[in-house]
Amino acid sequence: MVEGIGIVLLKLAFVLLFVLNFGGLLTWVERKQSALMQDRIGANRASIFGIRLIGLFHTIADAVKMFTKESFRPVAAEKFLFTIGPGISVFFALVGFAVIPFGDVLIIGGKEINLQLAPLNIGVLYLFAVAGMAVYGVVLGAWASKNNFALLGGLRASAQMISYEVALGVTIIGSLMIYQTVELQEIVRWQGGTLWGWLPKWGVLMQPVGFILFLTVGIAQSKRVPFDAPEGESEIIGYFLEYSGMGFGMYMLTDFVETVMISAITVTLFLGGWQVPYLMADGFHFPWGATWQLENWAVALLQVGSFTLKVMFFLWLQMTIRWTLPRFRYDQIMRLGWKYILPISLVNILITGLIITLLK
Amino acid sequence: MFGNMFKKKRYLFEDEGVMVVDMDQTAGRYYDEAMKKLEIESYQGDEMVVNMGPQHPSTHGVLRLELVLDGEVVKKTTPHIGYLHRNFEKHAENIPYNEVIPFCDRIDYISSMNQGMGYALAVEKLIGLTELPEKVEYMRVLCCELNRIASHLIAIGTFGLDVGAITPFLWAFRDREQILDLLEWLTGARMLYNYIWVGGLAREVPDGWDAKVREFVDYFEPKMTEFNKLLTNNHIFIKRTVDVGVLPEDVAVSYGCTGPVLRGSGVKWDLRKDEPYSYYDKFEFDVPVGEGKFGPLGSVLDRYLVRIEEINQSVRIIRQALDGLQQHKGQDVRSAIPRRIRPADGAEAYVRSETPRGELGYLIRSDGTDVPSRVKARSPCFSNISVIDDISRGGMIADLVIIIGSLDIVLGCIDR
Repeated sequence: MVEGIGIVLLKLAFVLLFVLNFGGLLTWVERKQSALMQDRIGANRASIFGIRLIGLFHTIADAVKMFTKESFRPVAAEKFLFTIGPGISVFFALVGFAVIPFGDVLIIGGKEINLQLAPLNIGVLYLFAVAGMAVYGVVLGAWASKNNFALLGGLRASAQMISYEVALGVTIIGSLMIYQTVELQEIVRWQGGTLWGWLPKWGVLMQPVGFILFLTVGIAQSKRVPFDAPEGESEIIGYFLEYSGMGFGMYMLTDFVETVMISAITVTLFLGGWQVPYLMADGFHFPWGATWQLENWAVALLQVGSFTLKVMFFLWLQMTIRWTLPRFRYDQIMRLGWKYILPISLVNILITGLIITLLK
Repeated sequence: MFGNMFKKKRYLFEDEGVMVVDMDQTAGRYYDEAMKKLEIESYQGDEMVVNMGPQHPSTHGVLRLELVLDGEVVKKTTPHIGYLHRNFEKHAENIPYNEVIPFCDRIDYISSMNQGMGYALAVEKLIGLTELPEKVEYMRVLCCELNRIASHLIAIGTFGLDVGAITPFLWAFRDREQILDLLEWLTGARMLYNYIWVGGLAREVPDGWDAKVREFVDYFEPKMTEFNKLLTNNHIFIKRTVDVGVLPEDVAVSYGCTGPVLRGSGVKWDLRKDEPYSYYDKFEFDVPVGEGKFGPLGSVLDRYLVRIEEINQSVRIIRQALDGLQQHKGQDVRSAIPRRIRPADGAEAYVRSETPRGELGYLIRSDGTDVPSRVKARSPCFSNISVIDDISRGGMIADLVIIIGSLDIVLGCIDR
């Protein structure tokens, strides 16, 4: 019993550290990558005893700055909702990670540990439920600020969230039809096999259209460029307009955590999660017949590393998109969601169903 | 719907007993009064009044817009100006002719070389100074065109910001920096040059400056192609701008719009071509006009494309001016500067010139002393911003923002 709780706490610590560190580090990645893309040097001023470490200390400096700044609340603001708004936002961004598997099974002292925080049998549905709740933090915070610009941001966020919530669910139905399960660990295990004996059976190969649509919708869901209309810093400044100090910091953190979240879900559903090509539970089995025996801990380590690497790839991709594209207008986002992505994903479901039936 | 937002009593500084404010009363009264003032007959309580600026990232300075919004849709835009009024015309009435030039630079601080040029031309006409050394004329054209490129780079870069793309803005600023370095080497200043004087130039051209300009031009042309790949040809960008802020030709003319705003609507009117001053009649260049390639003519995109093409044309002019400068290297740029400027009593001159933002006119009247009795500046931005209500009505806030960006206003130029 105590052992079980200890293991859960350890896994919790791992997941939280993983996510929060990635989120914090992303502030640095965003600055540094944008600097690279824009022929600048980027953040490199923060130093501890003269050690700069290519600006990595800015992550800490940012946090210190956020915490020590005055948290200002406008007189007209709704006290309670204004205070809890950012909290709701961050909370729902973080809890989604509970169902993301980051490895297969680790055996310590004969005890099997499932490398997933909460093995829920409704995995994917839980994810979408949580993702849908995240908008409440934005809308409540925006409304409670009693600022017209913030209110506009909140309205944009809710409208965008409603349109993309539907598309988000529909885009992956094709994949779920292939996987025949909504449990995320099972989905990842399904992707472990190979096609024609050599090609890894990852979701992106089975559902290329679904993959692209899901990534698009996912970026829209995380409210980042080119779908950052709720923020729209050159138009309405954003739903967090009246926030300062850590209130603003939490909204920003939500942004980054959601970026990590979208990457993690995409990796889990379409890129084989923690799968390493040809890696089985007992080691590598290459298609040309060679094998390489590995201990269980080494396999688990490789799997966690593979998951992290894939997530990092998608973070890089999202950053690149973010610093390349201009922003859609609010009505164009709606049109894209309802008139293009939704019909295409419905057709995708139809074709997938057809192929599955024919292959049976 | 939004009128009820402040329906709660709140007390400011309640504990100190300093001030008790009934939020319901204040906010409500302001709302009603604003609505009454705007005289909207169809007002049913669904509109909200939003104050955009003077502290807003996309009003390009201290412009304040009073918006009546129905959700996201803009129903009325009222620009309020005057936050950057610096009394230029009154200043000019109290200082000698030559000393007005630094104040001219501050009218449109983004393209101050062109401002000084306009004033110098006007004073030269006033005192009848027509023959200047060739080197002066070539250098003036060079400076103005370099400055025009720098100004247009800001225009298209910040336009990218308004559309939501941040990288093009920094690319534009990176290249603009090179121009600023060149002009700094030449004049000692990065922004307010005070270089073009009546009858000549303030300083001699440094050795090797023209070679560096040639080097810059060679570096710059491929960079523009790169910029176009990133922003101009982007599908989202074109979709955002193609049918927004359409300014028909007749409206543009009746408001007195000039510069890229007028040319974007398809009117081929460029003072450098139609009423050439300095040496502009000696150069080969085209006047780009809006073509409405992807949608209606006179849209935000057309104005943007005109600026992009004007940059290329400026590069053409610079190349020719450099060749001209090569032949007159030995001349003294200060030889024709008049010792003292004292035009005849009652003399009056109006000269207009093409700045990056449009037609800049200076009317100068003399009373026979060495101080002008009246200097009037006709600023292009003032006319250009007046169309904002006409072309932004019915669009969204996001459209309004890019419309402001496409008009490319400088508040210093509007308020003077």
